[in-house]
Amino acid sequence: MDFFLQLTVSGFVVGSVYALVALGFVLIYKSSDAINFAQGEFLLIGTYIALTLVAAYKIPFFIAFLITLIFSAGLGLLVEKVVLRPFIGEPVISMIMATIGLSSLLAGIAHIIWGTDTRVFPQIFPETPINIGGIIISPVYLWSLVIVFILLIIFSIFFKYSKMGIAMRATADDQQAALSMGISVKKVFAATWAISAVVSAVGGVLLGNINGVNSSLASIGLKVLPVALLGGLDSIPGAIIGGFIIGILESLAGGYIDPLVGGGVKEVVPFIILVLILMFKPYGLFGKREIERV
Amino acid sequence: MKNPFVMGCGEFRISYRQDMAIYKIPRVRSRVIIILTLFLIYPILASPYYISLATIAGIAAIGAIGLNILTGFTGQISIGVGAFLGVGGYTSAILTTKLGFPFWVALPISGIITAGVGALFGIPSLRLKGLYLAMATLAAQVIIIFIINRWDSLTGGTAGLVVQRPTIGNFSFDSEISYYYLMFVFLFITTLFTMNLFRSRVGRALVAVRDRDLAAEVMGIDLFKYKIIAFAVSSFFVGISGSLMGHYTLVISPEYYGIGISIEYLAMILIGGLGSVMGSIYGAVFITLLPVILRELMNLLGAFFPDLTAVFAGFREIIFGAIIILFLVYEPEGIAKMWRNLKDYFKIWPFSY
Repeated sequence: MDFFLQLTVSGFVVGSVYALVALGFVLIYKSSDAINFAQGEFLLIGTYIALTLVAAYKIPFFIAFLITLIFSAGLGLLVEKVVLRPFIGEPVISMIMATIGLSSLLAGIAHIIWGTDTRVFPQIFPETPINIGGIIISPVYLWSLVIVFILLIIFSIFFKYSKMGIAMRATADDQQAALSMGISVKKVFAATWAISAVVSAVGGVLLGNINGVNSSLASIGLKVLPVALLGGLDSIPGAIIGGFIIGILESLAGGYIDPLVGGGVKEVVPFIILVLILMFKPYGLFGKREIERV
Repeated sequence: MKNPFVMGCGEFRISYRQDMAIYKIPRVRSRVIIILTLFLIYPILASPYYISLATIAGIAAIGAIGLNILTGFTGQISIGVGAFLGVGGYTSAILTTKLGFPFWVALPISGIITAGVGALFGIPSLRLKGLYLAMATLAAQVIIIFIINRWDSLTGGTAGLVVQRPTIGNFSFDSEISYYYLMFVFLFITTLFTMNLFRSRVGRALVAVRDRDLAAEVMGIDLFKYKIIAFAVSSFFVGISGSLMGHYTLVISPEYYGIGISIEYLAMILIGGLGSVMGSIYGAVFITLLPVILRELMNLLGAFFPDLTAVFAGFREIIFGAIIILFLVYEPEGIAKMWRNLKDYFKIWPFSY
């Protein structure tokens, strides 16, 4: 039973990071009907920047974290303006290939600047594990859970009450109508990409603290796709719930099935869930059903 | 025979037969024969290294044509080609090494099995479109590679399998030249088949599905049936390509069939030209030669900047990504369209307005 709880808790924590990164996907999909295959690279570059600031320049973690967020927002803005602008309204395959090309480009840049070795964050959170009712949790896990929850709450408030958040929801709902109401759709797209890059950078820094940083961190981008689809590509609560579901299932599968088949189940479980979901609920748990007319 | 130096400047098709013809104007026939002859004498002139590059590009072109049938002509995006290549390669390897089948039997079987697996993963395509379908094929990619990695007793796990070159009687396709001709025969058949496929009812139905699936259904095209056909035919050629590639490189292991390969194939058809058979070949050649050319460039520049070779892998990724984006922005219809534009330009040269 303890083993089960332990797995569930660690799945819950990883799931919260998934939820955060999936939020990035959903934001972009909601406002511009695009999916960003370069999300993983955003995450990777954000993490590397934070790591470089903390490790090489000895900047305190909190300030380094803020600088990373600002940089990520800039990166998102730049990418949206330079790469993605021409593809608004293009067929899905152009959009997919453009972001795949972008991911290759960013991965190459990260590769050249930071190499391929695994690096470790200097100790930021205290090391002694905390014992809560028999379950042992390392403080990193607890902290990332707290940070993710704070961010999710901030985003919920942002979308509900702020002017920009409302503009974003309007654009997601109907671009034409939003335009005619005086919303600058361009600005909304730019803001979406910036926010998306920022949330993935946060996710990356948290994961980097848990697992260390190397180029394989970018594969999180692909892993989070099933999360976003499970919840429905255009649903923010869906992304959050999907993140927890996949995180926990993945952790349980890793704990119970891995010993039977010899490892690697963790990587494939999200995709098996994805196939099942697509078979039974093609638009995910909370996704908007599209009705087509000829 | 008309003056060979004068380009035709107008094609006037006055019957359906003319409209459907493979050779739209008679001169094309002679041009095709000249190009085929050039390809046939190529290995006599080139060094083994260049022959092997051509063989790899040709085998990749078979797979790219397969993918283009699905993605370019039918509009169903697949990010799972890598895994389907793997299914073809592994089927053929298992049949020849473990069950003792000759290559000539294993090759078509590997095509058929890949077609079956492709059709299986194509089933969701009835309900899924665009992005969601791309995700389903991505899942196929991950799941198939996982199975290959874990089913040690059958696939040799991460170590992979070692296969032999095919033989006929006492003759073995050991040399570069002989395998080049083998590839050439299959590429020729594939090209011919695909070009003809899109002159047939089935091919036209597939294009209709791409252009507007609901409208196609209203016109009496059974969407499910034709989507499955597209997945099966496409995967058949991908499987053949995988099998040929496996017997060429002699080693089959899961790392050759990762998601990166899927992306490379997508890049091939995109850069070559979506919905163009010749475009698939141009794209395959382009993507196969890209790292080779970059490597040469690196060696050249390496004399001046010794640090450069250390970052080759990253540099290649950057160029690869940049080329995809540039093609998407400036010539979304790919090399095939650029070639067509060039021909059109010279058709009326030097009196172009």
